[in-house]
Order: sequence, then C-alpha cells, then structure tokens
Amino acid sequence: MFQYLVKRILMLFPLFLGITLITFVVIHLAPGEPVEMQSAMNPKVSAAARQRLREFYGLDKPLYVQYGRWLSHLAKLDFGRSFAPDNRPVIDKISERIPITLSLNVIALILEFGLALPIGIIAAVHRDTLVDRGISVFVFLGFAVPTFWLALLCMYFFGVLHPVLPISGLHSLGSEKLSGFGRFADLARHLVLPISIATFGSLAGLSRYMRSTMVEVLSQDYITTARAKGVKERVVIYKHALKNALLPVITLLGFSLPGLIGGSVIFETIFAIPGMGQLFYQGVMARDYPLVLGILVIGACLTLVGNLLADLGYAVADPRIRHGKG
Amino acid sequence: MKQFRWFFLLILLLSAGCTEREPAAVVKPRPQAGTPVHGDALVTGSIGEPSNLIPILSSDSASSDISGLVYDGLVRYDKNLNLEGDLAQSWEVAPDGLTITFHLRKGVKWHDGAPFTSRDVMYTYRVTIDPKTPTAYAEDFKQVKSASAPDPYTFRVVYDKPFAPALASWGMPVLPAHLLEGKDITKSPLSRKPVGTGPFIFKEWIPGQKVTLDANPDYWEGAPYLDRYIYRIIPDNSTMYMELKGGTLDMMGLSPVQYQRQTNTPEFLSRFNKYRYPASAYTYLGYNLRLPLFQDRRVRQAITSAINKQEIIQGVLFGMGQVARGPYKPGTWAWNPNIRDFDYNPARAMQLLREAGWVMGKDGILVKDGKRFSFTILTNQGNDQRIKAAQIMQQRLKAVGIDVKIRVLEWASFLTNFIDTGRFEAVLLGWTIGQDPDLYDVWHSSKTGPKELNFIRFKNPEVDRLIVEGRGTFDQNKRRECYYKIQDILAFEQPYTFLYVPDALPAVSSRFRGIEPAPAGIMHNLIKWWVPKAEQRY
Repeated sequence: MFQYLVKRILMLFPLFLGITLITFVVIHLAPGEPVEMQSAMNPKVSAAARQRLREFYGLDKPLYVQYGRWLSHLAKLDFGRSFAPDNRPVIDKISERIPITLSLNVIALILEFGLALPIGIIAAVHRDTLVDRGISVFVFLGFAVPTFWLALLCMYFFGVLHPVLPISGLHSLGSEKLSGFGRFADLARHLVLPISIATFGSLAGLSRYMRSTMVEVLSQDYITTARAKGVKERVVIYKHALKNALLPVITLLGFSLPGLIGGSVIFETIFAIPGMGQLFYQGVMARDYPLVLGILVIGACLTLVGNLLADLGYAVADPRIRHGKG
Repeated sequence: MKQFRWFFLLILLLSAGCTEREPAAVVKPRPQAGTPVHGDALVTGSIGEPSNLIPILSSDSASSDISGLVYDGLVRYDKNLNLEGDLAQSWEVAPDGLTITFHLRKGVKWHDGAPFTSRDVMYTYRVTIDPKTPTAYAEDFKQVKSASAPDPYTFRVVYDKPFAPALASWGMPVLPAHLLEGKDITKSPLSRKPVGTGPFIFKEWIPGQKVTLDANPDYWEGAPYLDRYIYRIIPDNSTMYMELKGGTLDMMGLSPVQYQRQTNTPEFLSRFNKYRYPASAYTYLGYNLRLPLFQDRRVRQAITSAINKQEIIQGVLFGMGQVARGPYKPGTWAWNPNIRDFDYNPARAMQLLREAGWVMGKDGILVKDGKRFSFTILTNQGNDQRIKAAQIMQQRLKAVGIDVKIRVLEWASFLTNFIDTGRFEAVLLGWTIGQDPDLYDVWHSSKTGPKELNFIRFKNPEVDRLIVEGRGTFDQNKRRECYYKIQDILAFEQPYTFLYVPDALPAVSSRFRGIEPAPAGIMHNLIKWWVPKAEQRY
C-alpha cells in the first residue's frame, strides 16, 4: 500500500511537467498575442508603441526562453504578472475569484450529490414504473434545457414579474450597511437562482449513473441470497446493495475536485458572478498567457490530486483493489 | 416525488424575508421643471470590467468610462463637440501654429487635497513619452519638440510643424505628479485607486462586481448634484435588461430590438426616458485593393449601387441608424451633407459591370475572362448585426450576378491570418469616428504597412495631400474644405462601401432630471443631473 502511494506520487512530477509544456505550447499556437489584442485596430497605437509593449511583456524573446523563465518562476510558486493592462500578479487575480467559485461549486456539489443519489436509488428500486419514468423526464429536462434560457426565464419570473429574488450579482446595492447576518442573507438570496439552476442542470448525469449501478447491483446473486434469507427490503437496498453501488461514486467525487475551481462561463456571465470561468475566458480571449497558464496549472494540480485521492479512496473502500494491486 | 418538494422548499427557505423592495410598477407623474437638489445615485451597467484606471495604460471603454469621471484633461469636447478649456482655462496657438500655451485653472485640487499645477501636466507628458511606460498613447505627444512650464499655471509646448490634432491630444487626462513621480507607474496603486481632479472621487472597486464613485464637493465647475455614481459590471446584455426592468439599474444602452419592440409599453415609458442620437461609429464593407478584381473602380461603384443601405438599416437596426456615405458622423462640422453617392440602383450596377467587361453566365453569375464573379466577405465573430448585414448584401448582390460567400472568424485569427497577411477579399467591419476629423491613420498611403490601419491599401495622392493639409492648419474653415473634398473623392472611388451609422439608444430612469441630449450624447452634463427629493432612492 505504501509503495503504491509513493509510486503514484513520484509519477505526478513528470506528468505535471508534461502538462505545463503542452499547455504552454498550445496557448502560444493560438493566433494573436496579448499586445495584438490590446492594440489592434487602434489608430493611436504605432508600431513603436507595439514593440515597446512586446518588450515590456518579454514577448520579443524566443519561446523556449519565455518557457524557461516562466517555469523557473513557477518553481518559486510565482505565477508572474498578468499581461492585461492592469499588470497585476496572477495569483491576486485568481485568489480574489476562487472563494466565490469554490463556495458556489461546493454548495452545488453537495446539493447535486444529495439530490442525485437518492433520485438514482429511487429510480433503480422502482425500475420501469411511472416513478422511474417521471424521474427520468425530470432530470433529462434539466439536462436538456439550455441553462441561459432557463436562467433568463427564472430571472424574469422571480426578479421582474414577482420581485422576490435579486436578478444577478452577489450583493444588493447598500448591503454594506447591513449587519453581518443581513449581509449573509443578502448573499444567500443572490445565490438561490444560480445554485438551483446549476443543480437542476447537473442532476441527470449523476442520478442516471447511480441508477444504473444500483440496478446492476440489485440483479446480483448475493442480493437474491439476502432476499431469500428473508432480510427486509429496506435493509437489502440500503445496506447490502448501496454499499457496493456507491463504489464508483468515489471516483466521480475525485473527478469533480478540479471542477471545483472551474466555473461555467455562460453561467457566470448570465448571473454576473465574478468567478473563475469568466476570468479564464477573458484570459484566453485576451491571450493573457500568464493568467491562462496559472489557472491551468492549478487545475492540473487539482486533477492530479483528485485522481490520486479517488484511487486511494477506492483502494480503501474496495478490498478487491487493495489486495489485487499494491 | 419527494425530492421535487425539497427543491422548491429550499428555494422558499432561502428566499424568506425578501420583501423589503417596493413594487416596481408605481406610475408617477413627471414634472419636468423644478429647482435642482442634491442627493441620490446613478446606477449604470457595463458589459466589461475596467482594466486599469491609470488612463494612459488602458484602452478599453470601461476604463475610460470611469477615468473620464475621475480625471480631467487640459481641454475637452463640449456638448456640440467643439474643444473647450477644462483644466486649462484658456490657451493660445501662436500665429505660426507651432507653439501652444495653456493657461491653467487656479485653485483646482486633487482629490487628496494637493494643488494642481503645471508640474502635473509636465509629469503626464514625460511619463507618456517615456520608453519604459507601456502606453499606447505616446504618438501624439511625440510630435512635441519641447515642453516647458514657465510657472505653476502656464504650460507651453512647441511643435516642429503645425499639427491640428495636437490640441485635442491635450484632452488626455492629467495624472497627479505628487503621487507618481519617481515611481514605477506600472506598479502604482493608482491603477486600482485613482486620484484625479474630476467631478467624481473614486470610492471603491469590488472586482467583477462594481465601481463606486462619490461626488467631488470641491469640483471646479461645482459639485455634481448626484451623490454617487455606481458602475455595475453585468457581462450579459439580457441580464442587464432584466436589471433595468427590475429597477436595480438606472441606465443602459438599449439594442435596436429592445428600443423598438420591447420597451414601447406604457409601463416602461412611465419609468424610463428613451433617447436616440447617432453613435460615433460606422460600419463598412472594405475591398482589398491589392486584388485586380477590386482595382476596377466601376466594380466597386457597382457593388455599392447594388446594395440597398436603407434595407440593411431596417433589417439589422430596426431603422435605428442612418445611411453612411463617408467616414464622418452626420451633423458634425467635418461631415459633408452634399455627398453624391451611389444610391440603390441595380440597373445602374449591372450597367457599370457591363462596362467593366462582365457578362452574365449560364448559372446567373457574371463571368469575365472565364472567371466567375465570386468573393468572400469576412467578418468577426460575436457581432450579429454584421453577420445579418452581410446576408442581406449577399441577396442583393446575387440579384446582379455576384456570388458572395460569408465567413465569420474569431477576432485574433481574423487579424493575424487575414488582415495582417492581406489574404482577404472584402471585410465587413466598423470604425469608431474620432472627435478630431484627421484621417491620416486609416486613409493615408503611408499607413499600408503590416498591422497598420489602411489595410485595404487605398492610395490616392490627392487624398494624401488633403489629409496632410487638413492636419497642418488650426483654421477650422480650411480644414473643413479639405475634409469635404476627401469625402467627395471617397464617394467617387468607393474603396469602402460605407453602410450605416447606428444610433445610440440609452434609456434612463425617469427620476433623473436635467438631461440634455446634444450631438455629444447625454453624458456630457452628468454633473447637472438631479433627482427631486420625493423620488430619491439611494
């Protein structure tokens, strides 16, 4: 077990280096560069000014020099400064947006698992009945409806026609004057629509997954044995079957770790939430290399760690893996 | 179905205690006169977030929206788009046109209380031309041969040759020398917390959410009536429209469809005033003059004759715009109202094409020397109006036997792979119309190099001469003569088919009084906007 862990951790380093190299090359392959995006079609910008900007960002150096420089800074955990006109440290730009994205995603993830797992189980238990079909229709509706459309409808209904919820953003104007609890309630109200809609849209995947593993487990021999022994149906389902059906869910949880700092561009744009999705999108559109690389590096780390944790969790939970490999 | 109920229960729980907002649909009478009073705030929205509030370091419109209210320049454009003194009380241009002397306003204070003097102007000039400053705006200031500040309230610049756009270039916001001198401007905290001399004082910037400005009680022109200006960042136009209707936004620029089709309800009109005036921009179809196909003037004239500009304005802008015939905004002093252009006339188009040697082929497309008349219009992604305009033109050109293909490209690859390399046939793009009518950058033959803006390679010695003459004199009548002639030549040569000047369509909450629409728009007298006590909200 320990050897397995060490091997897995050592494997992460070359993998990480490879990821940085590939992302660095790919982002530079995209046409255009930061200076261009800032100055194109602007009559005020002369060729000399453009050259000056390129030198300022170090874009006049060969690519391998730029990569080496960036990597050596990264080794010191310095993500560099953004190539946007604000020229702020990348880490500042990321860290001011991570808290909101992270909390939104964590709440949405808890809701998603909290709702999707029971839905999946119920659907599996009542397989091919009206309940199952109803649930399918409901979750697929959430999956199929375009988020932005549903979001706009909800904004119009709850914000304009029956103004009970704020339309977009995170705080009301004047919320600075409220007490601590008032501010929290204000924030919570702003999050109702985005989180509800995000959760609704993501129920389908997980609940269908849960349903299919549950159906599979329920058809196995040991379940039949349990039922034959006269074990109560509740116990069969929630004790015998669920334990095994939940195993693949651990992997899914691990996979969702990097997703926690990623945001959806469309979603954040519609709800005017200053999150990571928007930041990344703007970074890509402006060819803000250090920012894009910074976000990708953090994402890559989380993916690697997430995979590792998932594997470990699996090994802990499933004796077959623990003893089979190792 | 238990989960179903949880779901809604949750919404109910989280939304409990949220009825403090007034019902939005109260119709109030609107007295127009009255004595202005202080108080209330204007909440406005922007798609983009400012990038850097030191004006010489940024070029996005959100940054300049904010820095325009926080900083002042030496000169500014008044509501009729004529230059007037701002931080300069007056100025003189020497008879030879080479020396400009600015007499600075006395008693103006920076927001932190320090006095404003010629040292600040000198610093702004020096830091802008400093090669270490990553600014896009050094060019105009580099024309300056020498600058001097003989006393704290006089600033003098000398040029090599008379340069008319020079005067307007001193509208560049003046930066506070006492906070910046001797420091690295790229790392200055002022980029997030600006200190200026303007009508509004910077208060806070919550990243990704809003920028708040407070009225400057000591503003040299008098304190603004509004106490605050709040600039919310709302990246999506539909969301912004919801916020406007929900009463949480006071002002936004409407799209033509919103203006024409969605806001003509009594309910909306009782709560908002809508304004309409030409925007400072035009959309055009530009031809690559490197290609033999477009080198024939008759072909360009024919295409313009085959296009119905009015129809494009109806189809794309719901009528909210006007026909463009040249590079100026209708109604401004450089705009020539008597331009003879090629109006929509397909018969004339076909005749011109016949004269140019094109004959109708079997498939309904013109042919010359065995080649079909076919070209591609390139335009950028993310602008629906341009794509629709291209489709309307495609139909009209087909009718005279021209096969048009449309290709939509992401901005960066559009520039890098097509514009910079000259590998395009025709482009559908737009230009912002600058306040100074100088056309050097877009139309002079020396500006056809890589990454320069005369990318269609228009070269006309007469236009070159007139451009140079126009920027070489401060006499507005002489300049107007030059620009009138240039517009005549462009209308005849048709290097672009000028399509339309769209209208700006702002809607402002009806509680604001004192708004005065003018050629410069509505924001020029923001400091005079006010709200009657009874209607104040914030």
